[in-house]
Amino acid sequence: MTSDAMTVRKMSAADVFAAIASREPLFILDVRNEDAYADWRIEGPSIASQNTPYFEFLEGIDPVAGQLPPKNDAVLVVCAKEGSSQFVADLLMEAGWARVAVLAGGMRSWSEHLHPVHVSELPSGGAVYQFLRPGKGCLSYMVVCGDEAVVVDAARTFQVYLDFAEAQGWYIRNVIDTHLHADHVSGGRMLAQACGASYWLSPQDASDVHFGFEPLVDGQVLAVGDVPSLIQVVHSPGHTIGSASLIVDHACLLSGDTLFVHSIGRPDLAGQAQSLGAELRRSLYTTYKSLGSELLVLPAHFAEMSEINERGFVGARLGDLYRNNAGLNVPEESQFLKMVTENLPQQPHAYQDIRLTNMGQLMPEPDQLSEMEIGPNRCAVHG
Amino acid sequence: MEESAHVDRTLDCKGLSCPMPIIQTKKAIEAMLVGEVLEVLATDPGSVADMKSWATRTQHEFLGTVTEGAVYRHFIRKGQKESAT
Repeated sequence: MTSDAMTVRKMSAADVFAAIASREPLFILDVRNEDAYADWRIEGPSIASQNTPYFEFLEGIDPVAGQLPPKNDAVLVVCAKEGSSQFVADLLMEAGWARVAVLAGGMRSWSEHLHPVHVSELPSGGAVYQFLRPGKGCLSYMVVCGDEAVVVDAARTFQVYLDFAEAQGWYIRNVIDTHLHADHVSGGRMLAQACGASYWLSPQDASDVHFGFEPLVDGQVLAVGDVPSLIQVVHSPGHTIGSASLIVDHACLLSGDTLFVHSIGRPDLAGQAQSLGAELRRSLYTTYKSLGSELLVLPAHFAEMSEINERGFVGARLGDLYRNNAGLNVPEESQFLKMVTENLPQQPHAYQDIRLTNMGQLMPEPDQLSEMEIGPNRCAVHG
Repeated sequence: MEESAHVDRTLDCKGLSCPMPIIQTKKAIEAMLVGEVLEVLATDPGSVADMKSWATRTQHEFLGTVTEGAVYRHFIRKGQKESAT
């Protein structure tokens, strides 16, 4: 940030998320093309946004001046990677708009930003942290006890977890993916390699993977710190055949893409919607029901900023979800199967390539990885 | 896009990122005659959707994109009106 009146201020993805979290009004001029804007944009209760592609500004401000907000209003200009927003912001400043900023790193940095939140202390000591990825609606976790940490469903930008653990003096011993992800490139394997941790994945999701891993199976327990069975594994197939859920200290249920706060997982991304739909029904209507209504469900995704609660994280008691989540309240199995296999939302961007990358079959360059991950996660069925 | 299309001018925007490919394309096409075809070579993946969207909005005819490895070859025919916005 600078006080120079003629320099365009930069706002980071973290600043934007802080504004959304504190319900601070923010006007966004999104200068990407219309399709990109229609597909995916920064949203939140206090965000107002307008789409005017940067190429509308090639003749200067005058042709579009009538569409722009008053010159005294604050404007955040956003594009894919920052270049075009800088071009438009410079034009705005020259034309007399005084409070102009650009999103540093553009939508790419918004897509990658991770925000850690302390969720809960655990009865046996230790704590659970949720890492919100607001740009993609992904949630990952760090479970800590003593000086040991476990990371669950790590994002591709895994350095964040290393830095977070190092700052607290924790050692990451285990890294778990609850399932083979289709919406984002997992950072799990790389993170495990970087810190010498074990990487855990369900063998049923890993039949085509090109790397070694520790098999994550039903009923298994993992020690964290000096608590021998802090994490218990529950097989909950449906979103994928190998999907696992993790019960942490009989208090939290890391539900992966099986159950979300406002929706449920979709069974079609691995190409077996019918058979997985029936598995999903069993996981949600039988397996989960036996787990205890007081468990705090902590999912791997959210769809809207409104799912972030007043304490700053996404999560809800399992018993409350059985009352309030429409996907858990479909009485007939046939009706449920219809809901989770028909009229599904569009599939996540590049989901086939993302699955192959997470299997170790594709090894894209960093720039390609960013492109593959553009867009929202679309892993849910909203009942 | 058929490979046989006649190209009147080729503009090299390889290595340039947004917004430069569009800015240079606009300049290049302004210097051409109506009906002539401009080929733009670019490496920015964002240029694919942007070139199409820009050309459509400016009355030029977007003929298509051919991808060759890391290079995108965009073909645009100059329309009647110059870069109307």
